[in-house]
Amino acid sequence: MTAPSPPTGTFETWATIVTVALTAIAGDVLTAGAMRRIGDLDDIRAHSGLAGAIKAVVSSRMFLLGVFSMALSFFSLLFTLSKVDVSLAAPASASLTFIGNAAAAKIFLHENVDRRRWLAALFVCVGVVLLSR
Amino acid sequence: MKHALSPQRYLILLAVMLTASVGDTLLSHGMTQVGPVSLHHLGTLFIALKNPWVICGIFMLLGFFASYLTALSWADLTFVLPSTAFGYVVVALLSRFWLHEHISLYRWLGIILIVCGVGFVANGPSLTEHHSSAGDTQ
Repeated sequence: MTAPSPPTGTFETWATIVTVALTAIAGDVLTAGAMRRIGDLDDIRAHSGLAGAIKAVVSSRMFLLGVFSMALSFFSLLFTLSKVDVSLAAPASASLTFIGNAAAAKIFLHENVDRRRWLAALFVCVGVVLLSR
Repeated sequence: MKHALSPQRYLILLAVMLTASVGDTLLSHGMTQVGPVSLHHLGTLFIALKNPWVICGIFMLLGFFASYLTALSWADLTFVLPSTAFGYVVVALLSRFWLHEHISLYRWLGIILIVCGVGFVANGPSLTEHHSSAGDTQ
């Protein structure tokens, strides 16, 4: 039996949740940026086969950095779940990630995040919170 | 600006939605059979790799990552991401109609909001044009 961990403070709770969201956003944006640079995978597969498409993806440094960020996000989620209730940590980090991704896609990937996409991010964000109740 | 998707690409998005949620469900079912894993007995995780449900779950999640990357190569991140959220709806509906679990009013509201959110982006363009970056991909 392990001793119960002391209750986590509000700052520590939200610091760990925000860390999960930030690393997830970095992973998504880096991966999406890498796929944008690599180009349409359907075309690459048509020209170079499945092996060529896989090689194009795994030889991208930006993609590898994205996967590293996703791994960091996964381990920081595990750390967060050891301190914060899953009913708060999972929906809060998922919702922050959806909204943060919309902003990061506009800033870093220069995507056309119009009113329709902001509304979609907001609806999904609130929907995820409601699903966890 | 208007990027209509072919039926094949909608199938890829459907794979993004389904493989993540089904993969998570299979992993969850497998891990309940394996039992709890403590930090002091991490070797149990290797035993979990022999469980057929866990193996199927891992293959499903590999399928998710492949279809997710494929979708990102021809669509915006803000177009693809709401599709991944639709997986939550699939899990909720599976739990209601297959496992006969109770879904509260809040959850039904959440399902409706996510469906609306996915519907908003699905009707819009899938990719932002970047005229100046036409030659960047070489």
